[in-house]
Amino acid sequence: MPLATNTILICAGGACISAGEKSVKNVFEEELKRYGLNELVRVIETGCMGACTLGPIAVVYPEGVFYQKLTPEAAREIVEEHVLKGRIVEKYLYQAPIGRPVPRVFEEIPFFKKQVRIVTRNLGVIDPTKIEEYIARDGYFALAKALKMKPEEVIREIKESGLRGRGGAGFPTGLKWELAAKQKSERKFVVCNADEGDPGAFMDRSVLEGDPHAVLEGMIIAGYAIGAQKGYVYVRAEYPLAIERLSIAIEQAREYGFLGENIFDSGFSFDVEIRIGAGAFVCGEETALMASIEGERGQPRVKPPYPVERGLWGYPTVINNVETFANVPWIIRNGAKEFRKYGTETSPGTKVFALAGKVKNTGLVEVPMGITLRELIYEIGGGIVGDKKLKAVQTGGPSGGCIPAEYIDVPVDFESLQKLGAIMGSGGMIVMDEDDCMVDVAKFFLQFTVDESCGKCTPCREGTKKMLEILEKITAGEGTEEDLVELEKLANVVKDTSLCGLGQTAPNPVLSTLRYFREEYLAHVLEKKCPSKKCKALISYVIDPSKCVGCTACAKVCPVQCIAGEVRKVHTINQAECVRCGSCIEVCRFGAISKVTPALPVEEVVS
Amino acid sequence: MGKVKSLEELMKIKEQALRELQMRGETGKRGKITVAMGTCGIAAGAKETLRAIVEALAEHGISDVAVVQSGCMGLCEVEPTVEVRMEGQDPIVYGRVTPENARRIVKMHVLEGRVVEDLVVRRGEV
Repeated sequence: MPLATNTILICAGGACISAGEKSVKNVFEEELKRYGLNELVRVIETGCMGACTLGPIAVVYPEGVFYQKLTPEAAREIVEEHVLKGRIVEKYLYQAPIGRPVPRVFEEIPFFKKQVRIVTRNLGVIDPTKIEEYIARDGYFALAKALKMKPEEVIREIKESGLRGRGGAGFPTGLKWELAAKQKSERKFVVCNADEGDPGAFMDRSVLEGDPHAVLEGMIIAGYAIGAQKGYVYVRAEYPLAIERLSIAIEQAREYGFLGENIFDSGFSFDVEIRIGAGAFVCGEETALMASIEGERGQPRVKPPYPVERGLWGYPTVINNVETFANVPWIIRNGAKEFRKYGTETSPGTKVFALAGKVKNTGLVEVPMGITLRELIYEIGGGIVGDKKLKAVQTGGPSGGCIPAEYIDVPVDFESLQKLGAIMGSGGMIVMDEDDCMVDVAKFFLQFTVDESCGKCTPCREGTKKMLEILEKITAGEGTEEDLVELEKLANVVKDTSLCGLGQTAPNPVLSTLRYFREEYLAHVLEKKCPSKKCKALISYVIDPSKCVGCTACAKVCPVQCIAGEVRKVHTINQAECVRCGSCIEVCRFGAISKVTPALPVEEVVS
Repeated sequence: MGKVKSLEELMKIKEQALRELQMRGETGKRGKITVAMGTCGIAAGAKETLRAIVEALAEHGISDVAVVQSGCMGLCEVEPTVEVRMEGQDPIVYGRVTPENARRIVKMHVLEGRVVEDLVVRRGEV
């Protein structure tokens, strides 16, 4: 058949790799070889396609058939049926919610349909290790265009686009560049902050893995705009694949002359180096990040002076996040006006989110700003797992807050989220259902900031620790109403007096849950109840005698052997020894085991 | 590879690379013809239809229209079905597309821009 040669694109994002992408790719290659098709069919590893729950994913072109949840066996079948015989292998297609297999997912399923892809436009489309494919998709044309403009024209374009920092704070990018451009200095720097460290966030990693050249191009344009000669990408060591692909991209950009001396014969020279971070969360804070690049201990310092005035080694420095830079080439190419067609007046453009938690379609999504949480969670995210009730959405990771379900129709933009006591953050979005305890969530994030506090300033070092102790007391059922007052007071002090963003935002998870879920805190404190039945100290596992058939499954699985009972007779749990691991609930096929709160008094049950 | 020094040189690389990317059916196409190749379609002769379309396109020297296959569109009773989706126009689904009808569709719709009215089974998006 004279159809075009097939190409198989395999998603080689981190999630798909963990799901077994390598073995699938190997089988594809072996099988193609076996049929003598290895010359005709190309197998390409590409960046994260975003639908991480469906991994490993492959798209077979020219048809663009989207295969999901692949195994080596599936790869064998696809080569034989699809590539060889031209028949789509239905069983590995994405299943739409109504059960109809959908072969061409990018156009047809809501997960992709509602998205607007600016930053992620090449993810899953090009081979990130081939600069030619980036060029084919208009790569480095923005650079060529920018170098023909005056630096101040480039800055004006970015200012007019209204692009705001995608790292979370939302500072206007054009303004930042302008401030740096105005500085008189023989040396200036551009730094890309790729120290993405929020639990559950992986937007920047995916962009670096899937489209590293877009980030580089953005950095070079920034360098030209502010008059810098050198750029650094600060990326955490936990992202080896991103580092590998970025290194390849830098090499190729140098080869083609997009980095180095006299770029595009314009007289402008610029080069980029990678600096690998050791994984301290605080190094995502810009002054700590710069200290780390300089080889100093990664600790923040007082601002001002801001990095645009005194940055790396004291020279003016622009620091932007990965996603911010990835927006730049698109804006230069298509113009500020085009960019403003997406998003809202004060938050133009799109935002990439890492959807995680109790949502059906977890993964990476790019949506126009101003989209409602409802659209994001129910249309793109496919709703809550098990069709449970949405309780809250956590945005902004350890610096953010919990937005309760009643605000589900609030538009997602910088101002709206801030008004609710949450923040846009870098784009982590954790969806929580009725089984999630808000006190426990606050404790989780605070535990994280306590671990990651660098210890330089007292409010953060001591304050967060004290706050965590109070939360531990509350979840252990020993909290008092005075503790809640103290907790709120401490939270506000830490927020107001900490040195850097880490400490200033660390109380947000506590303050926002106190604001919207105070009754849950009160239940823990006054009634010693955990309404979500999550806090171990406040619950007991019980067996319903009318449902238990004595199958012994629970007794067998109990790790502390605290379930007693004879075969075909009702079993009981010894509350004094129960560690509340929940294994028994999972194995009981009769729904006889449940959780109750408050916890049962131990003596009573023993007797 | 030498260093790129001008927009023209960059454009040349883009064109070369784009040709390779286009093989994947991703970009730059003026339109797309989708042949439903579910079991029902194949049983009704969709393979012959597909071949006829590809041959007709080649005959007329049309290279900017992709031919792709899909699963069953759900219109099993009028198979083989073929969807013609030209840029800027509503997609049209044709039914009972024999090889002969397929050649007619390529000539009239793709080449001359006229919808083959007697074969239309659906207009516009679903």
